[in-house]
Amino acid sequence: MVDQPKVPPSGGSGETPARPAEGTTAAPLPKAGAAPAKPVASKPVLAPEPWSSPLLDELRKRFPGALSNATVFRNLPAITVAKEALLGVCELLRSEEGGGYALLTDETAVDYPNREKRFEVIYHLYSFTRNDRLRLKVRVGEEEKVPSVVGIWPTANWLEREVYDMFGVQYEGHPDLKRILLPDGWTGHPLRKDHDILKQDVAWVQANLGIKSGQ
Amino acid sequence: MPDTTYLDASELVINMGPQHPATHGVLRVKLKLDGEKVLGSEAIIGYLHRGVEKIAENRSYAQFVPYVDRMDYVAAVTNGMGYVEAVEKLLGVEVPPRAQYTRMILAELQRIASHLLWLGTHALDLGAMTPVFYTFREREEILKILENYCGARLTTHAFRIGGLQYDLYDGFEKEVLKFCDYVGPKIDEYETLLTTNRIWLRRTKGVGVLSGEEAIALGVTGPVLRGSGVRWDIRKVQPYEAYDKVDFIVPIGEHGDTYDRYLVRIQEMRQAVRIIRQCVERLAPGPIMGKVGKIIKPPVAEVYHSIEAPKGELGYFVVSDGSTHPYRVRVRPPSFVNLQALDLMIRGHLVADVVAVIGTLDIVLGEVDR
Repeated sequence: MVDQPKVPPSGGSGETPARPAEGTTAAPLPKAGAAPAKPVASKPVLAPEPWSSPLLDELRKRFPGALSNATVFRNLPAITVAKEALLGVCELLRSEEGGGYALLTDETAVDYPNREKRFEVIYHLYSFTRNDRLRLKVRVGEEEKVPSVVGIWPTANWLEREVYDMFGVQYEGHPDLKRILLPDGWTGHPLRKDHDILKQDVAWVQANLGIKSGQ
Repeated sequence: MPDTTYLDASELVINMGPQHPATHGVLRVKLKLDGEKVLGSEAIIGYLHRGVEKIAENRSYAQFVPYVDRMDYVAAVTNGMGYVEAVEKLLGVEVPPRAQYTRMILAELQRIASHLLWLGTHALDLGAMTPVFYTFREREEILKILENYCGARLTTHAFRIGGLQYDLYDGFEKEVLKFCDYVGPKIDEYETLLTTNRIWLRRTKGVGVLSGEEAIALGVTGPVLRGSGVRWDIRKVQPYEAYDKVDFIVPIGEHGDTYDRYLVRIQEMRQAVRIIRQCVERLAPGPIMGKVGKIIKPPVAEVYHSIEAPKGELGYFVVSDGSTHPYRVRVRPPSFVNLQALDLMIRGHLVADVVAVIGTLDIVLGEVDR
């Protein structure tokens, strides 16, 4: 761990914590290697902190009870959204009044098999007007369906197919939900935590090569 | 895809790839045609899927660094840079300035190399045989510098979490500056071959037009987005390393066609040379590693970090559960997302233009499939 200034609370950039100013002149630094003098007391932020912003207040007002767990870590805020409110929240965020998050940078999922709702579907949004990123999370169980955001951000089409392919998360309202990276006849969803990559070929080897151990 | 048969005539579904010289790898495209006109298409990918995201969960943070080089294998340096920065961000580690400038020099060299490879093969696809020999000659000089620095030409594993493993070798600055002096006139040479070439203009102007709104809706980033007139470059808007301390401009196109994307990439190469010169000027002796423990054990947190790779926004989403192995690593590949725009861009064009559009998207299938 290294000592370094605290993350400034404002500023939309998703960049690493601000460094001490070194001047923007083109002159070569006299002793570039020497670590710039820094307050020794401040430690790096090592855990997400509660997030508050006017945008969050607005969302809370419009979708009471749907948002939880608003945190910020390394300048990137994250909100957990209830599945039912997802489309409404996304539409608002996409619109100008909601911050103009016009670009869905990424959509993916994380598997937590020990939780009651095992999947966390994750959306990374970017707003050109605010130059700001935002992470939305939706928790769903294995049998539940997530509303598809293809209607709001067409780029979600392939991204959701990939999440379906890798995790088996089902989407509601997706125009063409089928596997994208793996072959159509594949069984299982490899990025689930309980998918054992060492065992996945055993059945095939046993059946096709006649090796009992599967090795 | 339609369910018409060959009996009802004018519409025909044909297959292109996965083994096709102009698909730049194992990309398969199903084309629905009316004569030579493309009515619709479906890209079929995954032939090169190796499951790097699953591999990441079974490796420690440092062990996974070489794997990322194998995604976009023509721009391994930037791939590695994105990942080590993401882990550094998770740890809260600060990289010393010498390491930052070294990274920027190598990353910009890699950007030029990637664009040179793109230019050569793209021109070859469109029938211009000559440029590919020239661009590979210049790319070779970059690969030599990379080889001298870290011993590898393609899958470089150039950076370590926290900084660099090796300091620069003697004469690195001189070699890099020599290359900068060398490549500028060469780019002029490519332009004399192509920029006003009548055949090149006919093959690229008005082909694969993508408006700024469409590009944003489809999540397209990088030179393709800038070719559509959106001045957006992560190096400018959310600078990483020391990009906020160097001076460069972000070139954009006007019409969003294949020709504009060509111009954007040519200009980007010139800007990369500018950045390299400034970085070399600022290289000063000093440490090359930040304070990182022997065992990397980040706090329980999630971090998303993205950089401007030669092909667009390359993002890494790293989830840590506090152990030595990442709980999840998600790669947001620019090629995968950009390829989604293919269908929209080739509709109404001829089959020959499909080749032009695949080239202009500058995809690398290793990154699409991961």
